This record gives sequence, structure tokens and C-alpha cells, in this order.
Amino acid sequence: MSNSILNEQIASPQSDGTRHHPPFEITRQIEQEAELRIRQYPNDRKRSAVLPLLHIVQSEFGFISPEAIEWVAAKLDLEPIKVEEVVTFYPGLRQHAPGKYHIRICRTLSCAMGGSYELMDKICELAGIDRSRTSHHNPIAVSPCGTWSVEFAECLASCGTAPVCLVNNDFHEDLPAAKASELFENYK
Amino acid sequence: MAKVTYIKGKEPHERERRLIFRNVDRKGWNPSIKKYLSDGGYKELRKSLRMKPGKVTEEVKKSGLRGRGGAGFPTGVKWGFIPPTNKKPVYLICNCDESEPGTFKDRYIVHQDPHQLIEGMVISCFAVGAKVAYIYIREEFPEAARIVEKAIAEARKEGFLGKNICGTRFSCEFHVHRGAGAYICGEETGLIESLEGKRPYPRIKPPYFPAAMGLYMCPTIVNNVETLCHVKHVIAMGGEKYAGIGMPRNTGTRILCVSGDVQKPGYYEIEVGRMTMGELLNDVCGGPLEGRSFKAVIPGGSSAKILRCSDKFNVTCPPGTEKREIDFEEIPLDFDTLAACGSMAGSGGVIVMDDSRRMSWVLNNINEFYAHESCGQCTPCREGSAWMKKITDRLVAGKASAADLDTLESVAYQIDGRTICAFGEACAWPVESMIDRFRDELLADTVEDNPSVARNAEQEAQRRYLQDTIAKAGKS
Repeated sequence: MSNSILNEQIASPQSDGTRHHPPFEITRQIEQEAELRIRQYPNDRKRSAVLPLLHIVQSEFGFISPEAIEWVAAKLDLEPIKVEEVVTFYPGLRQHAPGKYHIRICRTLSCAMGGSYELMDKICELAGIDRSRTSHHNPIAVSPCGTWSVEFAECLASCGTAPVCLVNNDFHEDLPAAKASELFENYK
Repeated sequence: MAKVTYIKGKEPHERERRLIFRNVDRKGWNPSIKKYLSDGGYKELRKSLRMKPGKVTEEVKKSGLRGRGGAGFPTGVKWGFIPPTNKKPVYLICNCDESEPGTFKDRYIVHQDPHQLIEGMVISCFAVGAKVAYIYIREEFPEAARIVEKAIAEARKEGFLGKNICGTRFSCEFHVHRGAGAYICGEETGLIESLEGKRPYPRIKPPYFPAAMGLYMCPTIVNNVETLCHVKHVIAMGGEKYAGIGMPRNTGTRILCVSGDVQKPGYYEIEVGRMTMGELLNDVCGGPLEGRSFKAVIPGGSSAKILRCSDKFNVTCPPGTEKREIDFEEIPLDFDTLAACGSMAGSGGVIVMDDSRRMSWVLNNINEFYAHESCGQCTPCREGSAWMKKITDRLVAGKASAADLDTLESVAYQIDGRTICAFGEACAWPVESMIDRFRDELLADTVEDNPSVARNAEQEAQRRYLQDTIAKAGKS
């Protein structure tokens, strides 16, 4: 696959959250971290490191850009399409920038019974987020200021303390809509 | 060993028997190796390393331990499937992709007691001859991945991992591999594909039984977090004594995760089969919410068939006796009886619904999950799960006709048994069982004259004719 076609397919559209994430640039530290991950797998099985490398990229730059896909592919001696097919499969990997604080609210049965849809509405209200244009392929909605973004997640495995959510890497449980503004105070 | 006390308000219920969750919510506990060692940790590992690997497997077989991930397959038997003539490397994978809706037990093990898991895993690696093990942690547990990585480094430093473990000739290395939010990676062959860096499309069995052709086409054992922790306790007690806990064929303890409409949702570790549904929901979980009554329960994660609380069940209980009719609340919580009642013990996620819940809404929520998570490899599942969601979308919106219910049912039965992995059943069973047990309620949500239902050609011609006639009549 030629690179120009690939670029068309994997272009990462700008989002309101873009300004909160650094541009893609590989530092020595990232290189070292990547090497460490690659060594977890047998020498002839470097491809296994696709997910770990993509995680490094996403946590550093907020999302996975076309350059990032090419970098991962080159690192693992793969065709970029082999990386692209992984990126497009997993709901946990993003191709455009979320907000500075990405809020993932559990949508699944126990949390829904506990009021997670109401929680989502409340958070959107507080952050000024319009979710009307989200879809299966584009599940993330970003606030106009780019500070917050929201997404429904499928079962975060804490059904006993519903409703729950993840803000970046922080987990919050027992969070009915009434407590949403309290949560918000910590992420401004 | 020190007496165990728990954080105030989080004490175990008196009916519990804490084996795996002994240190969960324990007062003064933390996930460091120092704490674990001060509590007698890694003793069972030393004991196992003095045994022959085959003897460890033998003990696990004797214990009757069954997998806690969902299928309930005997662990020792699974280990025994590695071909005896094998010359390739053997891998062990810990499945910590906990993502079955309703299940939240592994979360507490990896967050609060990672060394128990590591000890169980090293013992298991020794038994099956694995030199490398991967812990596949779901992406939504970022904190757990950090804790487990730290625990691995600590264990390596203390000589419980790495070269010449505890001064023996056995060496073993562990790595954390993080998933990326896909439910299908909990399916063992899907997980293996994911670990190989591909899309996690499950492999077909036969021939791809992981114990013979798993990771990198080498023999691979994939076990759930809770299962691997049990291995440590099997070694501590000896297989025979462990088998004395619980019931015959349903041995040991298991962690039940209760969520939904009960007074006290949470995790409860009980002896398998020694507690009934009624005891769990009323005594342990404090009964239904104020002014409500139980309506339906999903007993083993959202893929398990739903049970109606007003139903009677015709089963042999206790085992070995004549078949008799029992109430919902009398069902003992073990693998076999739940299966006989038309559901399954699955992964231990008990989701409770009371009489305030509309079943069409519940089913739609479940269908949305499966439509989102189908990997798309097999047509019946990819197309079917999405159509089932669309139909229940209509049902919830009050726009479905009675015929839609028949369509929904027929779609479910066309998925069930026609896919590579068990996801097909997982998405079809909730629909099949819901229609079977709550047909009247679902029918009440449908409407007779429904403009959004497609007509056939004849009906369409008739409609146009009537419209034209009325229009003409209006003009004249």
C-alpha cells in the first residue's frame, strides 16, 4: 500500500482537544521505552509489541496520528496497514484528540440501572459538550474549549459500585449525577 | 500468621469464606511484597518447587478446581492437554481482561493482592513447564497494570521470578500486556491473536486448542486471574482437602459479584453450592430495595440466560436425589444446578432487577453491548447482533410490532451455534431467554398498527388504493 493512500485513510482530523496535546515527536525516552516493550516478546515475534507501542504513543500524544502509525510500523518491520488494522479495531485506541481530560462513563447494564445515562447528561451540561454528532465510529465528543471530552465505555468492571467512570487514568466509583459537579472541581 | 481484620464497613459477611479475597479490604494491608511476605507469602511456591511438576498438576486435578472465567472447565484437565511429546516452548497467559458485564472480582485481586496472583502463576508455570508468562490486563485497568508491573519487579528482586527461582533450576519471566478495550480479547484464542499483535479474531477449535497450538503456535495455557490464585490454595491444602470445600464436582470457593437492585451490592466469596440464591440475595445482600420485590436475575454475567424470580425449576437438588420442583430462591449456587435451571454460573456476575425495571429496556442495554463488541469475523454474529439491537431500539421506543418479536427470536436462534467462538451464544442467549421468560411483557411494549413497519407489496398496493380512493372522494 502506498503511503499516499494510507494517509488518506488514516488522516486524523483536528479536534477541539488538539491544542492540549503535544505534536508527535519521538524522544530518546520514548525510544527506550519502546525497546523495552519489544524485548518482552521473542526476537522473531516483534509484531506482538504493536499494542504496547500504540499505548506509549497514545499516552504521550493523546491519540494515534498517521506519523505514529508509520513510526510503530517501522519499529516493528511491519507494513503500516498491519498497524492501522489494529488501531481501527480497538475501542481503546483513538485517531483524533480527546480533551485534556477524557471522561469515559460506563454504559452497561448495572451502571445504566444505577444512573449512568443521567451522569452522562449532567457531565455534558457542565462541560458544554454536544453529543448529538457521535456515532459508533466516532464515539468521542469534545467540549469547545477542548478541556473535556466524553465517551460511553462498555463495562468498566465495577458493577457493584455503579455508576462509575474513568477520567484519563483515574477511576471514580459511586458517582450519581448529583456528584458530577464535585468530580468536575478536580479537573479544571 | 496474624489475625485478619478488615476496614470498617467492608467486613466480610459471616456466611463468606475468604480464601482468594482474604486480603481484600484488609486493615493495614497494601499490595507490596513486604506485606505479602510478612503474611507467609510465597511459602506455597517454595513447597511446589520441591515437588515434581507432574505432581503439582496431579494435585490440581485432584482438587477438582474448575475455571472461574466463565466456562467452568476443569483446570488440571486443561493443563494435561499439552502434548507429552512437545518440544516447543510452553506459554502461560493470565486472562485479566475482565469485561463480562456484571463481573468485577479480578479488579480487586490485581489492585489489592497482586502477589497472590504472581505466586499462583509461578506455581502454574512450574507445573506446565512455562518459561514465559504474559498477564493480559484490560486497558481500562491502568492502575492495575502499574501495580502488577511493580509487583513483578519486586518478585524478581526477591528471587521469586527470573533466573533460578528460589535457588532451584527453574527459571521463569513475566510480562504485562495491556489490551485496548475489546471484550472479545477475553475469549482465549482472541486474546492470543491480540497478544500476537493482530486483530483479536478468535480461532476455530478444533484444531486451534491453545494447549496444543496457542501463542506463536506453541502450547499455551490461558487461565483466569481467580483460577490462578486458587492454585496457590490447592497447593497449601493439598488437592484432596481442597476438594472437600464446596460440593462434589463443584469444589472450592468462588467470588460472586452482586450488582443492581439489592440493598448491599458487592463481592462475596462463598463455598460453591453451599448457599442458595435466596440466601445470597436476602441474607447476604440485604434483600430488595425499599418497597420493591425481585423480578429477574442474571446469575453469571450478562451472557448467562436470565431467570425469572417467580418461576419453578425441576432439578435434582441436592445431587444424587430424585428430581423435584424448587423455587427460584432455593437454587443452590453451583455450576451444575444453575445449568440445569437453564442458565449458567458463568463468571459469577449476579445482576439483579426488581419490579421497577422494564425488560425491553434491559434487553436493549444488553443488545447494545454485544452489537458494539462483536468482532465482526462471523457473519451471523456481526450482522445478527446489530439487528437484534436495532429491533430492541424500536421496542423501547414503542415502535415495534408483535411480528418484530418473532423476527428478534429467529435472529437469535440463527446466531446461536453458528459462530467460531462462544460470543455467538453470549449475544443470543440473553435474547432467547428474555423472550422465553418475559414474552408477555415484551409483547405489551409492541403496537398493533405500526407505520414504521415495512409492508409487503400487496399491503402497499392496498394502502395506495385506499389513499387514492379517499383523495378522490375528498375532491368530489
